[in-house]
Amino acid sequence: MSEKPFRVLPRVTDLNRHFWTGGAQGRLQFLRCRPCGSYVHPPAPVCPACLSRDVSPSAVSGRARVATFTLNHQPWVPSPDHPYAIAIVEIEEQPGLRLMTNVVNCPAEAVRIGMPVRVLFEPYDDVWIPLFEPADA
Amino acid sequence: MREILERRACITGIGQSEVGRRLGRDPLALTLDACLAAIEDAGLTRDRIDGLATYPGAFSGAAGFSGAGITEVHDALRLRLDWYSGGVEAPGQLGSVVNACAAVACGLATHVLCFRSVWEATAQGQGGRAGFGVGGAGGGAGFRASGSLEYALPFRSYSAANWIAMTAQRHFHEYGTTREQMAWIALNARRNAAKNPKAVYREPMTLDDYLGARMISTPFCLYDCDVPVDGATAVIVSHRDAAQGLRRPPLGVEAVGTALRGRPSWDNFDDLTTMALRDAAAMLWERTDLRPRDVDVAELYDGFSFITMAWLEALGFCGKGESGPFVAGGQRIALDGEIPLNTHGGQLSAGRLHGYGFLHEAAVQLWGEGGARQVAGSPRVAVAAAGGGPIGGCMLLTRA
Repeated sequence: MSEKPFRVLPRVTDLNRHFWTGGAQGRLQFLRCRPCGSYVHPPAPVCPACLSRDVSPSAVSGRARVATFTLNHQPWVPSPDHPYAIAIVEIEEQPGLRLMTNVVNCPAEAVRIGMPVRVLFEPYDDVWIPLFEPADA
Repeated sequence: MREILERRACITGIGQSEVGRRLGRDPLALTLDACLAAIEDAGLTRDRIDGLATYPGAFSGAAGFSGAGITEVHDALRLRLDWYSGGVEAPGQLGSVVNACAAVACGLATHVLCFRSVWEATAQGQGGRAGFGVGGAGGGAGFRASGSLEYALPFRSYSAANWIAMTAQRHFHEYGTTREQMAWIALNARRNAAKNPKAVYREPMTLDDYLGARMISTPFCLYDCDVPVDGATAVIVSHRDAAQGLRRPPLGVEAVGTALRGRPSWDNFDDLTTMALRDAAAMLWERTDLRPRDVDVAELYDGFSFITMAWLEALGFCGKGESGPFVAGGQRIALDGEIPLNTHGGQLSAGRLHGYGFLHEAAVQLWGEGGARQVAGSPRVAVAAAGGGPIGGCMLLTRA
């Protein structure tokens, strides 16, 4: 994208830093439980599957599918690019591992449920926002 | 057989302030109007109120979202309280009323004043509906998102309109639901609002009007979104043993639903075609022998039109995924239909009184005071439900 839109940025903490800054190395990272292998999102200090505290950041492939989406027309914040696509994508590595995001680099009207997408990052200040684009883009 | 303890509680009075767009009135004054009306309606006096409950209580997260907290009402009325509770982390807006039922069932209080007060229309001014984190709703220079908004706001996803729209979109995808079907939630609400003198939008609306309205967040257009208002609603929850001899026949609390068995999440709930309300509704039917066919009137939250459809499915008025065909055409949900729905016009047309409006209307209908919008046949069982997304709670009320 040529011009970056306004975004409310996340407050970075020790618990979420891997997620919001992994994009600096091109990596989409989630906490992952070492004993059972589950990914944990949003980040939490205990694995919700096995209650192990042995969780640490782990990169995923960045491949996902659009689970659902909406085209936002309402100018909550003035911007020339309405409507834009907000989506929930499901990460390839784990069924049910979902993330709210934007689908970019395609017309908003082209977004479909089930569409394969891949991650890209948009840097703002000290964070890298994970966005998704069509996998065949 | 276990005792269903909420049946020790009943509704003995209701009250509501003036309701309107940008009334410009002090929000505490509106709140007290509703509270005093409810106390009088029950045939009580303030010295007999020994409990106080509200949702969300003192709250600064969104402009106009709370007109008064526990402390202001407690002090303004110089109440002598044995029990009180206010807070936003509850099973929906009606979670505060359920708390009151639990309090009287436990003997912590006898007559609990419950209230919900909003002044969003005045607070948001002429600028239109505000999103979270922007437009005066907790934002400002240097604002950073955290908590439940951390994984929404950075994606320009500012409003429940966006989040519920994605649930609706997934429902459309899986079940073939259409905007022409969903429209009937809005059209039915407007049809009923025309018969409610306090409703804010009463002019007729057609399907063409609906389909021609500007989009907010697909598949939601303007008329799928409720209308911010200023207004307050109050109800009195009394112990059944203290309810005899009051002004009105008490309304029994047959069962409540407060469950949230899935994740408390907009994007990571296990079923993207429904919401927390699924679990609240399931719990309600686990606590009563009554069945959906026994319900005479349904007052189901419509912060966004699709939420009502999800409640219809969750409560079993139609099958899972079948709410589109069920509401299409508007006959089944009409005042003279098989399940009269949102008889006052809902939040879509009567105004966003945020949950309590549905409970108020359920009581109006059971007491037979609906006037032009009164459901015929002297309804005896009503369900009131509030909340969408990660919150939901519901109550089944009966008239003896």
